[in-house]
Amino acid sequence: MILDSKIPDGPLADKWTKYKFNLKLVNPANKRKYNIIVVGTGLAGSSAAASLAELGYNVQAFCFQDSPRRAHSIAAQGGINAAKNYPNDGDSVYRLFYDTVKGGDYRAREANVHRLAEVSVNIIDQCVAQGVPFAREYGGLLDNRSFGGSQVSRTFYARGQTGQQLLLGAYSALSRQIHTGKVKMHTREEMLDLVMIDGQAKGIVTRNLETGKIETHAAHAVLLCTGGYGNVFFLSTNAQGSNVTAAWRAHKHGALFANPCFTQIHPTCIPVSGDHQSKLTLMSESLRNDGRVWVPKAKGDNRQASAIPEDERDYFLERKYPSFGNLVPRDVASRNAKEQCDAGKGVGTSGLAVYLDFADAISRLGEDTVRARYGNLFDMYAQITGENPYKEPMRIYPAVHYTMGGLWVDYNLMTTIPGLYALGEANFSDHGANRLGASALMQGLADGYFVIPNTVGDYLATIGPKPVDAKHPAFAEAKAKVEEQTKKLLAIKGTKTVAEYHRELGHIMWEYCGMARNEAGLKKAQGLIQALRADFWKNVNVTGTNEELNQQLERAGRVADFLELGELMVVDALNRTESCGGHFREESQTEEGEALRNDNDFCYVAAWEYKGDNQPEVLHKEVLKFESVKLTQRSYK
Amino acid sequence: MSWFTQTIFSTSVGRKVIMALTGLFLCTFLAVHLAGNFQLLHNDGGQAFNLYTKFMTSNPLIKTISYVNFAFILGHVIWGAYLTIQNKKARPTGYAYNDPGKTSSFSSRWMGVLGTMILIFLLIHLKDFKMAYMGLTEELPMVTYTLENGDSVTVKDMYYEVTEEFESPIVVVIYTLSMIALGFHLYHGFQSAFQSLGLRHPKYTPLIKAVGFVFWGLIPLGFAAIPLIFFFCQNH
Amino acid sequence: MSGHMNLTLKVWRQKDAKSKGKLETYEAKDISPDMSFLEMIDVVNEGLIKKGVEPIAFDHDCREGICGMCSMYINGHAHGPKKGITTCQLHMRSFKDGETITIEPWRAKAFPVIKDLVVDRSAFDRIIQAGGYVSVNTGVTIDANAIAIPKENADAAMDAATCIGCGACVAACKNASATLFLSAKVSQLALLPQGHPERAARVEAMIDQMEAEGFGNCTNTEACSAECPKEIGQEHIARMNREFFAAKLGSNNTK
Repeated sequence: MILDSKIPDGPLADKWTKYKFNLKLVNPANKRKYNIIVVGTGLAGSSAAASLAELGYNVQAFCFQDSPRRAHSIAAQGGINAAKNYPNDGDSVYRLFYDTVKGGDYRAREANVHRLAEVSVNIIDQCVAQGVPFAREYGGLLDNRSFGGSQVSRTFYARGQTGQQLLLGAYSALSRQIHTGKVKMHTREEMLDLVMIDGQAKGIVTRNLETGKIETHAAHAVLLCTGGYGNVFFLSTNAQGSNVTAAWRAHKHGALFANPCFTQIHPTCIPVSGDHQSKLTLMSESLRNDGRVWVPKAKGDNRQASAIPEDERDYFLERKYPSFGNLVPRDVASRNAKEQCDAGKGVGTSGLAVYLDFADAISRLGEDTVRARYGNLFDMYAQITGENPYKEPMRIYPAVHYTMGGLWVDYNLMTTIPGLYALGEANFSDHGANRLGASALMQGLADGYFVIPNTVGDYLATIGPKPVDAKHPAFAEAKAKVEEQTKKLLAIKGTKTVAEYHRELGHIMWEYCGMARNEAGLKKAQGLIQALRADFWKNVNVTGTNEELNQQLERAGRVADFLELGELMVVDALNRTESCGGHFREESQTEEGEALRNDNDFCYVAAWEYKGDNQPEVLHKEVLKFESVKLTQRSYK
Repeated sequence: MSWFTQTIFSTSVGRKVIMALTGLFLCTFLAVHLAGNFQLLHNDGGQAFNLYTKFMTSNPLIKTISYVNFAFILGHVIWGAYLTIQNKKARPTGYAYNDPGKTSSFSSRWMGVLGTMILIFLLIHLKDFKMAYMGLTEELPMVTYTLENGDSVTVKDMYYEVTEEFESPIVVVIYTLSMIALGFHLYHGFQSAFQSLGLRHPKYTPLIKAVGFVFWGLIPLGFAAIPLIFFFCQNH
Repeated sequence: MSGHMNLTLKVWRQKDAKSKGKLETYEAKDISPDMSFLEMIDVVNEGLIKKGVEPIAFDHDCREGICGMCSMYINGHAHGPKKGITTCQLHMRSFKDGETITIEPWRAKAFPVIKDLVVDRSAFDRIIQAGGYVSVNTGVTIDANAIAIPKENADAAMDAATCIGCGACVAACKNASATLFLSAKVSQLALLPQGHPERAARVEAMIDQMEAEGFGNCTNTEACSAECPKEIGQEHIARMNREFFAAKLGSNNTK
C-alpha cells in the first residue's frame, strides 16, 4: 500500500488556497441528495455536523452520551490558539505553524499544520459570532494569554472553561440544524461497526444504549470525530466513556492507525489516592508559573513538607534546567517527576507525587494575589484532596491527557478507507509527537468548521448522489457481526469484572508504555497484554442482557478494543527506537538524559495495517518532508 | 388565541405576571384598608370609622375600585390555584427523602397553603363584616351623628359590629393567625412579584426589600393589632 | 487521610421506564474518605457484580464537574448537600462513618427515569434547539474584534454561560421548573450584541418549548441557584423575564 497524503504542490502558504480551488464541488441543488454520518459530537463532530448541514447535506449525528453537549471537549480548560496577533507581539500564521511543528518534535506534516495555523483566525471570528463569551479587556476587545511552547500571547480563553464555551458554541450551531431538520441527532447511540460496500465506507452499525437495539445507518460518507484513546491507560484525564471503539473497528476494516504510541502525559495532575481511583484530574499548567517543584533530597523521607528544611529539598527542575526552571515543556517536566519518584524520593502516601510549592509565591506576592491567579485551581485541589494548598504544598503527578496518534488521514482528512474521514483527536495529523497547550481545541474546530466542508465535497462529487442501498447485504452482515459479539460478551459469565480487566490493562500500559519505555519492558508488556486479552474472552463477567440500558456491556465492548489497541501501541513504541516528544525510549537519550531524536531513521509517520485477529500488524511509512522548517534538537538547559 | 391571552394563559412567565400584578395591587389595597381600620382607634365611639365606612360604600369611584379589587382577588386565587396544580403535575413522583429547608425559604415553598389560609380568612371576614353591613346576615343598628357643619347623618353602626365580633376569643385567634399567614405570604410574595416582572437591579433591589418589610412585617402587624386591642381593652 | 467508613445506602432501583421502582438498601463497606461519591458507587457496583446482583445504573462521564452528566439526588439535595459542586466532585469525607445515604434520580415529569438513577434530559436539548443559538453559518468574516463588548457584559454573559445543563435546577425546584436553565442561555445571548438580532424570537420560542416539555412554573423560591453546581444567579431569570416582556409587547409576532 502506498500512502498518498495528497499534499498539494507549491509554496507552503499557498497550498490550501490553491488546493481548495482545485477541489470538485457539489452543486447546491445536489447537496440535499447526499447523506453524511458524523460519529461523535465534540468540537470536531459538532462543528462538522453543523457546517455540513448548513451547506445543505443531510446529516445524521451520533453520540453515546445523553446529549451532544457532553462530549469531553467540554473539559478543556486553558484556551485556544489563534494567529490573530492582536497583542502586536510578533505573531503570525507562520509563527504559529512553526511553533506547532517544533513543539511536535518534527513529526507532523508541514502542510497540515500550516493550514491549521491559517484557519485558526477564522475560528475565533466564528466563535465570537456565535456568542462565545471569550475573556475581554476593559476596552471591550478580546484578551489573550500566553501558553507553554511559544513566546507570544495568542491564546484566547473563557475563564478556565474554554473547551466548554467552544463546545457549547458548536453545540448551539448543531442544535440550530437539528431544529431545521437538516441534522438528525441520535443520542445514547454508540457506533459499533463500520459498513463497507465495495471497499468504501457506506454506513455504520449502532447500538441504542437505552433499548439495546442494534441498527444500521446508510450514508455516502462517514466522519469519525470520536476523540482520543487515553483511556487505554485506565487512569487518564479523559472522561469515563471516552473510547477507541469506533476508530478501532474502522481500523479493522482497513483504516491505518498512525503513531499509536504518541501519548501526551500532562505534568500537573492531582496524584492517585488509592486503588479506587477512577480518573485523574488535571490542573492548568499555568500553576508552574509561580509554583516550585521539589522532592526531599533523602530517599524515603516521610516527614511533613513543612518539617523538611530548605537545604534538604531538591528543586530538581531548577537544578537541572537553570534557564527554563519549572517552566520546561510538559514532556520534560513529566519525565523528571517520574525519575524522582522511581528513585524513591516521591512524596505522599503512595510515593507517587512531587511537591508543587507556592510558599515563595505567597510570601513574595501575598496570598490574595495568588488567590486571584489560581484560586479556582486551589479550590479544585482542596476539593479533591481535602488539603489546603495555601498552607501545605500541592502534590502533583503526571497523567495521561491526550493522544497525538490516531487514524491515518490524508490532506482531505480521509482515512485509507474511501468515504471514511477522521477529524479532531481521532486523527493523527497535526501535533506530531507532542501537542502544544491550547492547540487541541484549535485543531478540532479547524477540522470541523473549515477543512471538512471543503474536502468532503471532492469525494462526494466523485461518487455521485445515487442513494446508498440500505438493503445491501453488507448492512445485514455487519449487524449480525455486532449482534454476535454482544452475545459472546454476555455469554462468558466469568468471574472477573470488566473494570478489573481495564485496570489491569492500564497498569501494564502505564508501567511499560507510559512516560519512559524500553525494549525489554515493551516486549514484556506485549506478552502481558496478549495474555490478558485471552483471559478477558474466557473469564469476563458482563451482567444483564442486551435489551436494556447495560453499562457493563457498553464498557466491555470498549475494553475489548483497548485490549487490542494496547498491543499495537506497544508494537509501535517498540518499532520507534528514537525518543521524540511524548515518546521517550530510554535507549535513545543524550548524555544528560534528555530525549534524543533520530531524524535519519524515524522521520516518518508509522501507519499500521490490521491483518486479522492475533496477526501482527503491518507497518507502512509516510516519510515526512520538511521544506520550510529546519530540524533541530530541543534544549531547555 | 390572541397573543395577549396566549401570553397570560399559556406561558409560565405570563402566568406569573398575572400573579405579580394582581398581588401588588392587592398589597396597595391592604395599605388603604389598614388606613381605614385605624379609624377604629379614634376613641370617639366609632364616629370616624362609621363615617368612613359610609364613604367607602357609597362613593361611586371607590365602589368601582372595590369591584376591581374583588376581580383581582379572584384572579389571584384562580391563577394561583392553576399554577399550583400545574406545578404539582410537573413532578408526579416526589422524593422519598427531601431536605429543601436549606436551599429555599419556608414562605416560598408554602405560598399555596398560606394563600389558601388567607382565602379562608377572607371568606370569614366578608361574612363577618361585608355581609353584615349589606344586611344579609343580620340587621345592624343605625346611628346618627351631627357633623361640624351642623348636618346630621344616619349611618349603619359598623363600629358596634366590630366590638361585638372581637369580644370572641376564637375570632381574635383566627384573625391573628391569619395575619401571621399573610405576613409569611407577603414575605415571599412582595419581592417575588418584582422578580417575576424582571425588576431586579443591584441598586434598587435593596429598596424593594426594605419596602417589602413594610408589607410583610408592619401591615400584618397593624391588622392583627386591632382585634387584639379591642379584645383586651374591652375586657378590662 | 485514614479511617475508612461503613455506610448504608438507600438507592432507587428501577428496571426501566415502565417498571415501578423502589429504594433498595446496600451496605458500602471500607470506604475511603478520599473517594469521590461516584467512586464509592463504583466500589459498591463491583461488589454487587461479584454477588450476582445487577449493578446500579447511573449517568456520569467527565468526573471533573463540567460535562453535566452526573445527576444524583443525595440526602435530599441535587448533587448532595455541598454547595457549588456536581456529584462527581463530592467526596466521601463529607459523610460520617455509619451514615445512611439516600440516593434518588432527578424527579420531574419532563425528566422520565430510564433506569435506576438514569433520567432522560433530552427536554433540555429541545429547549436549546428551539432558539438557544445565534443563527450564523460557518464562514463568518467579521473580525472577532469588530464589535467591542463591555467587559462587564462579557463577564456577566460568561456567568450565565457556565451552565452545564445537568438539570440540578429542575431537580431542586419544588415545581420542577427549568427556568434557571432557560434563563442562563437567554441571558447570555441577551448580554452580547451577537445575540441581539434574534432576542425577541429566541425568548418566545424557548419559553414555548419549556411549556411543551411539561416543566413547572418558576415561583422564585431560588432553590435552583442554591443547588446549581455553577451557582448561576437569579438575576438571569429577571433578565429573561424582561426579555420576554419586551418581546411580547414589542415584537410584531401576533400569535
